[in-house]
Amino acid sequence: MISFMLNGKAVELDVDPSMPLMWVLRDELGMTGTKYGCGIAQCGACTVHMDGQPIRSCVMPISAVSGKKVKTIEGLSEDGSHPVQKAWHQHNVPQCGYCQSGQIMSATALLEQNSNPSDEDIDNFMQGNICRCGTYPRIKEAIKTAANLSLAKNVGGDA
Amino acid sequence: MKNLLENVSRRKFLKGSGLAAGGLVLASTIPAWSPAWAGQSKQTHDLNLFVSVNTDNTVNIVCHRSEMGQGIRTSIPQIVADEMCANWESVIVLQGLANEEYGSQNTDGSRSIRRFYTTMRQMGATARTMLESAAATFWRVPLSSVYAEDSFVHHKDSGKKLSFGYLAANAAELELPAVESLSFKSPDKFKLIGKEISSVDMHKFVTGSTEFGQDVRLEGMLYASIERSPVVGAKVKSFDAEAASKISGVVSTWQMPDQPTPVVFHPLNGVAVLATNTWAALQGRKALNIDWELGANSSHNSSTYLEELKRNIVTKGKSIRNAGDAYTALENASRSLNATYTMPYLVHAPMEPPAATAVVKDGECEIWACTQTPQSTQNNVAQALGIDKSKVKVNVTLLGGGFGRKSKPDFSVEAALLARQTGKPVKVVWSREDDIRQGYYHAVSAQHFIASLDERNNVTGWIQRTAFPSISWTFSGVTDEPQVGELSLGFGDLPFELDNLACETHKATGHIRIGWVRSVSNIHHAFAAGSFVDELAVETNTSPIQMWNKLIGEDRHVDPKAEGFEYGNYGDPMEVFPIDTKRLKNVLNLVVEKSGANKTTNEGEGWGICVHRSFVSYVAVATKVKVADGKVTVLEMHSAIDAGTVVNPDRVKSQQEGSMIFGLSLALMGEISVKDGAVEQSNYHDYPVLRMHQCPKIETYIVSSTAPPGGVGEPGTPPVAASLCNAIYHASGQRIRELPVNKHLRV
Repeated sequence: MISFMLNGKAVELDVDPSMPLMWVLRDELGMTGTKYGCGIAQCGACTVHMDGQPIRSCVMPISAVSGKKVKTIEGLSEDGSHPVQKAWHQHNVPQCGYCQSGQIMSATALLEQNSNPSDEDIDNFMQGNICRCGTYPRIKEAIKTAANLSLAKNVGGDA
Repeated sequence: MKNLLENVSRRKFLKGSGLAAGGLVLASTIPAWSPAWAGQSKQTHDLNLFVSVNTDNTVNIVCHRSEMGQGIRTSIPQIVADEMCANWESVIVLQGLANEEYGSQNTDGSRSIRRFYTTMRQMGATARTMLESAAATFWRVPLSSVYAEDSFVHHKDSGKKLSFGYLAANAAELELPAVESLSFKSPDKFKLIGKEISSVDMHKFVTGSTEFGQDVRLEGMLYASIERSPVVGAKVKSFDAEAASKISGVVSTWQMPDQPTPVVFHPLNGVAVLATNTWAALQGRKALNIDWELGANSSHNSSTYLEELKRNIVTKGKSIRNAGDAYTALENASRSLNATYTMPYLVHAPMEPPAATAVVKDGECEIWACTQTPQSTQNNVAQALGIDKSKVKVNVTLLGGGFGRKSKPDFSVEAALLARQTGKPVKVVWSREDDIRQGYYHAVSAQHFIASLDERNNVTGWIQRTAFPSISWTFSGVTDEPQVGELSLGFGDLPFELDNLACETHKATGHIRIGWVRSVSNIHHAFAAGSFVDELAVETNTSPIQMWNKLIGEDRHVDPKAEGFEYGNYGDPMEVFPIDTKRLKNVLNLVVEKSGANKTTNEGEGWGICVHRSFVSYVAVATKVKVADGKVTVLEMHSAIDAGTVVNPDRVKSQQEGSMIFGLSLALMGEISVKDGAVEQSNYHDYPVLRMHQCPKIETYIVSSTAPPGGVGEPGTPPVAASLCNAIYHASGQRIRELPVNKHLRV
């Protein structure tokens, strides 16, 4: 039996301990917001946060998640109101949308570590997330907008 | 159970629309599954095939085309709702099931708007007219005294108004108006067409609540992963079913039925592992230990194959278009320039690998798939199961990218066969490795160009040759040369003003599945022609922009048929969509002016340009690069597109951005190589695509036009490779004629 915190709720399940977190989320828990893209930590579509750090859930065996706190796209906000989600909407970032859960989870992790990233910071942090449709220019702009939204929010004392 | 995309329940035939009548609606074979609209108290009244109005004043509009990032689930309803005078906030988009009544649903060839713009306006106008008629009847006033606006019908004189929802039941009882009786908005009255409206799926995208083919879940479903033949035509000799079955979670294994030839859309030979989750199915595959009988295609090696194409391409080929006498011009030339260009096989690699879920029960089949082609899915599944296609219901999910891969229904056929075999719902999950190794590939190609020049640097003759395995080989198994359909993509339609022109082909047969990839043969044809124009500019000490304008020549409509080539023009009439050299030059001159590509650059930097017409749209690209220490950095890309009438400028812009990046990926790094009949690459580590740190600044310019709408999804890609390689030359003096670039420079 493996137990961990998923989006603030305790989860307990009995699965093959070698099964990656991504397949546990998708197939065992029915949380398909986290996407399968490559299975070898090359594309970032499966990015989730574990204890606040962005990880590729496709290569993270569930045994290593035991006792950890996991946040997925479904746990980012109740209603799509996270500054990153709002910025994504403002810039009409997604095309097909498939990679965007992972992009958003990486972007939120970036902004949690660096509230005002430069272009180079964004390039370095986001280069593990592939978008085959080619939304990179808009992702970059949206991250900057989200940084401003977050900063504005912090100024307002509502962080 | 998750709610999938809302699907269509009932439909009506619009008189005079030219669409076929008939068809039926199957009940879902999954008792637990019901569409989102079921069980709601509102009543729905159909006005035509694409439009129904609910009593709560919301309007349902069907999108019959597949959404794969181009924004079609937004732009088709935009057209209908605008012509209908519906309030955009009240529009509910329903995803069309496979249904021939809609006309073609094959979402490829950049033709959703091109082919359905008029039909969608008719659907909107029909619905509006019926609602207006219902109101006029209700008020007992002349039809001419009422008008629709913002989901209400208003009476001009009294100022009274009735909502669409209130009128819906009465309107639905009316005769459908004849198409010729409809009135249409003048473009200056458009409220939605031409506006930058956000995707109807935006909230789902940013909250992860989207439903792609990979995300489908049904009660009691098995997950299948298939170990497929590494070589086309290879057969399973034996496999270890017992070892696979011992893996925890594996339920069963099944050898896929022998694939008939030609390969067409039949599933490849192989062994399926069915399990209670995807991970177990993937682990089970590793234990199968299949012994293959590889067959004749195992002799195919892409490197030696390409060498042979290159040897042949410098010799005279089979003429497909001719003007004057290019060979005599060559003999009489003061000097000549020649060059050979090559490109390797490419694969689509959409972020979502193919996936399909099927249920087969009581002689009926229901499919959920990320398909670009629901009707072909329906037909192929019906054929594979030996049932009538009316017994096959195809639900279209969102597509996590398509690029042509999901136009092939092989994965849905696999799901249907496995669902029948097991008697359970089955989801076939393609892994990334499956996607890269068992795809339908863009053809490997070689091209050769010879230009004759006189003393004054005029081009007096032009010979161009192309050779690549044809997509038709996939369907015939015997085709051994490029076909007219492919030669119509940027080769036989060369728009240059030349007295002496020879266009020729050479033989090339297929050994792996050849398919269409975003912009298809335009990719290699535009790379070669666009590079050669630049080489001519250099040779004659002319600026590239001058050379392009000189070759394109006078404003005119090019007619390849007059020179013996049965040009396809993307299935559209030349009268409506001519090859217009004025529009071609216009986008080129626009992009050069906007980008500053004719200006001098810093040392080690350079601009490259290219212009190309495809899918009846015109796109020019200017690319700026820096080359230093054996490494190329793409700094800026500018594109100008003339796609005629534009429905959603933001989605046209995003398609251009995506096309630049797709084109950069293939030009910089794209290569599928084949050894002993098998693809050597397997995932994004050895089939790299562009990443954020490699992405340049991108600017897009959309030509304002009232011409009929042209294609958008594909025309941006073809000019990219040549503009890039031309830029590399002007930055470094290094001419790249063999793609990808990373064979020559670090990227």
